[in-house]
Amino acid sequence: MASQADYKDRQFLAVIGDEDSVTGLLLAGIGHVTAPPDSQKNFLVVDGKTDNATIEEAFERFTTERKDVGIVLINQHVADRIRHRVDTYTAAFPTVLEIPSKDHPYDPEKDSVLRRVRRLFGE
Amino acid sequence: MSGAADREAVFPTRQSLGLMKAKLKGAETGHSLLKRKSEALTKRFREITRRIDEAKRKMGRVMQIASLSLAEVTYAVGGNISFQIQESARSARFRLRTKQENVSGVLLPAFESYQTEGNNDFAMTGLGKGGQQVQRCRETYARAVEALVELASLQTAFVILDEVIKVVNRRVNAIEHVIIPRTENTIKYINSELDELDREEFYRLKKVAAKKQRDTAVQDAEMKAKREAKAAAALDQENQEPEAEDATAGPTDLLAAEEDEDVIF
Repeated sequence: MASQADYKDRQFLAVIGDEDSVTGLLLAGIGHVTAPPDSQKNFLVVDGKTDNATIEEAFERFTTERKDVGIVLINQHVADRIRHRVDTYTAAFPTVLEIPSKDHPYDPEKDSVLRRVRRLFGE
Repeated sequence: MSGAADREAVFPTRQSLGLMKAKLKGAETGHSLLKRKSEALTKRFREITRRIDEAKRKMGRVMQIASLSLAEVTYAVGGNISFQIQESARSARFRLRTKQENVSGVLLPAFESYQTEGNNDFAMTGLGKGGQQVQRCRETYARAVEALVELASLQTAFVILDEVIKVVNRRVNAIEHVIIPRTENTIKYINSELDELDREEFYRLKKVAAKKQRDTAVQDAEMKAKREAKAAAALDQENQEPEAEDATAGPTDLLAAEEDEDVIF
């Protein structure tokens, strides 16, 4: 169970995704960079050259290290690359949300939460 | 606890019987309450899963529209603006607020999005051309993010409820299949032991009563014998008494006219 203090000051969204998704979401105004000394960004652009370790590291940072992130948005095709990490992540905070990207149509069968929904209803 | 009957280690006394009965009653009340809680939560849970399903589909559509508007921007600006946007992001305009909702004692958090006033990191974006498209794109994406936030709160509620329902159901089953049978067994055990004691006590009392009766019978017989002996003795005496009376009949009448020779004066 998440205690109140756990999510009281979670006020940012974080995003891991391809260039277009990140750009769009940043335009909406979710981008945040912390104060200069370490200046952490709350977004990660993934392209063909980004290796899985980087994605995993960013996922780890957003979900466990940072205490001000309430929702982690991740492109579904990116989530596929670190599927084992996403599937084993079951904590309530921050919420991990798989979003569709421009080049990859959304597939509800792959979504870790939707799969749990389906399993619960025995479909 | 060995043996076929699984029961608690208590001494079979009336006091522990009372305790066990109270415990059984408590367990039954708790069971029905928990069951009701579980049902309420499950109802809520089903509603949430249905809404998640809908919201996920809606998200697919919204994101598609948003990507399209981003493509428009790219076309209108005539170049890639993503680098510029990534570099100019400073402080989040779109933020979250969490509030809580209480469903049968379970606190479900819900995200709520709000936009802070007066900080715009992208004032210069699309200044040359395509400013209108950029503006529209921002609005579209803001709507998309709102939908995402709503979905995220549903999903959080889903995860928490899932966990809580599991815990509650485990408790319901534990009470139903472990605690209640065990307490019932204990009560049965105590009752049988108490009955056994009762029977023993009854038998003992009967024994004592029989012994007492025998004793009284003997005493009665003795008393009777004694009384009879006394009565017999009394009768004997009575038979002797008339003679004695005859013998002592002398001093009755002093003024009788009998001559007394010894009077000297």
